[in-house]
Amino acid sequence: MEPNSPSPCRPSHSGVRLQVRELRFLDKGPFSFIVAAGECVGLSGRSGIGKSQLLRAITDLIPATGEVFLDGKACTGFLAPAWRSRVTMVPAESFWWYDTVGAHFAVEEEGGNLLKNLAALGLDPQAVRWEISRLSTGERQRLALLRALQKEPQVLLLDEPSSALDAHHTGLLEDFVRQYRERTGAAVVWVSHDPDQLQRVASRVLRMETDGLTEVSVSFPEHQEREE
Amino acid sequence: MNVISLSSFDLAIAASLLVVLSLLSMLLSLGLEKKIILFSCRMTAQLLLIGLVLRYLFASGSLLLVLLMATVMLLAAGREVWARQQRKIAGISGFTLSLGAMFVSSFSVTALALLVIIRVEPWYTPQYAIPLLGMLLGNTMTGISLAMDRMTDQLYKQRGVIEQRLLLGQSWQEASRDLRSDCMRTGMIPIINSMAAAGLVSLPGMMTGQILGGTPPVEAVKYQILIMFLIAAGTGFGVISAIWMSGLLFFDKRHRLRLEILKGPLK
Repeated sequence: MEPNSPSPCRPSHSGVRLQVRELRFLDKGPFSFIVAAGECVGLSGRSGIGKSQLLRAITDLIPATGEVFLDGKACTGFLAPAWRSRVTMVPAESFWWYDTVGAHFAVEEEGGNLLKNLAALGLDPQAVRWEISRLSTGERQRLALLRALQKEPQVLLLDEPSSALDAHHTGLLEDFVRQYRERTGAAVVWVSHDPDQLQRVASRVLRMETDGLTEVSVSFPEHQEREE
Repeated sequence: MNVISLSSFDLAIAASLLVVLSLLSMLLSLGLEKKIILFSCRMTAQLLLIGLVLRYLFASGSLLLVLLMATVMLLAAGREVWARQQRKIAGISGFTLSLGAMFVSSFSVTALALLVIIRVEPWYTPQYAIPLLGMLLGNTMTGISLAMDRMTDQLYKQRGVIEQRLLLGQSWQEASRDLRSDCMRTGMIPIINSMAAAGLVSLPGMMTGQILGGTPPVEAVKYQILIMFLIAAGTGFGVISAIWMSGLLFFDKRHRLRLEILKGPLK
């Protein structure tokens, strides 16, 4: 993707990080696209078209045919848990299984990094001690993102990550993801129904139909070359 | 060993209690009278039949017949466990799973008891083998079906949490650990409770039977203790293997939760 990277070498912040090739699931597809290291690609499409399922297929949570590569290495070459730790999906609805927020985070994370991240997303530093039941939807959404970042995934699949946030916190979240992307060279796939948001966060936007993806112009996301 | 033999008239007196109960059920419009009569007749027929079968089996004492009988009992127990599941695993694997768990809980433990503990000659003497197996099958069935039923139900209801944990890179074993140990506890609690209550609240059926049959109480008690140990161990092993095998069925090699192996949604 990037002109000044001759080979897709792994640790660098350049080259193709995520490649999805001919992915098919549940009578849908084939879907093919690539995301460069440090790039964010937007994914749009009408409700129910299967955007979440596409992300689930990429993270290998549902059976699919076709192939997905991380830095040129096929998904099948990883153990499934290792794959999901590197290609991590943050679903629109998050689930929590312990009573408190902190129990879902690794112990060493509870220190500086987590506190800094909480502040960056506009969350109370005390949030780690809170009980899950008292969290608002928006708080859950942001905490779910932090929880997913614990293992520093190289690919982040975000399913409507700011659907429950107001404009101010949406902005904080967008900045936070951008900084993560720039710092680690992670590739991001961002699902959203908000064209303005995709324009802000993504360098390209793909529109999903049942039989494939089409790239749409970022400035006019509603305008497509091939619409059924 | 002088048991007072029961005549048909004696049994008829006991049966008349059920007639009274049916009449009462009609009066109170409980709608249970048909079931009471049908199932008491069915129970009588089943037990009379098994009495005849056992008489023949005891007389012949052939290994082949004992094994045949044991297999029939095992299949029936496996089917019963499977039938008690609210959400069933579709196809043959659900039944095989129940069968496998019952095999572990009862067959293996009975074989151990016959060969190592009681050391009866020959080991397949039907007077020992068949009642022992029957008792183990009957008593471990409850725990195993409870545990399996809870497992499918919880996996279905908590799919969100399980998938969330998988999404965070946990293996299926990690993602379902809490749920599986909870199901194992559910399966084992009844036998632990009945060990606590044995002799204080309830006089176990086998011991009562032996005492009525003229066995000295202390001998009967020793057998009862043996049986309780075997049932507890059998239930535990059966529950653990049932839950482990369910895990292998519900999660595939890529650590995905495959709830589609369940038979359709509940109505």
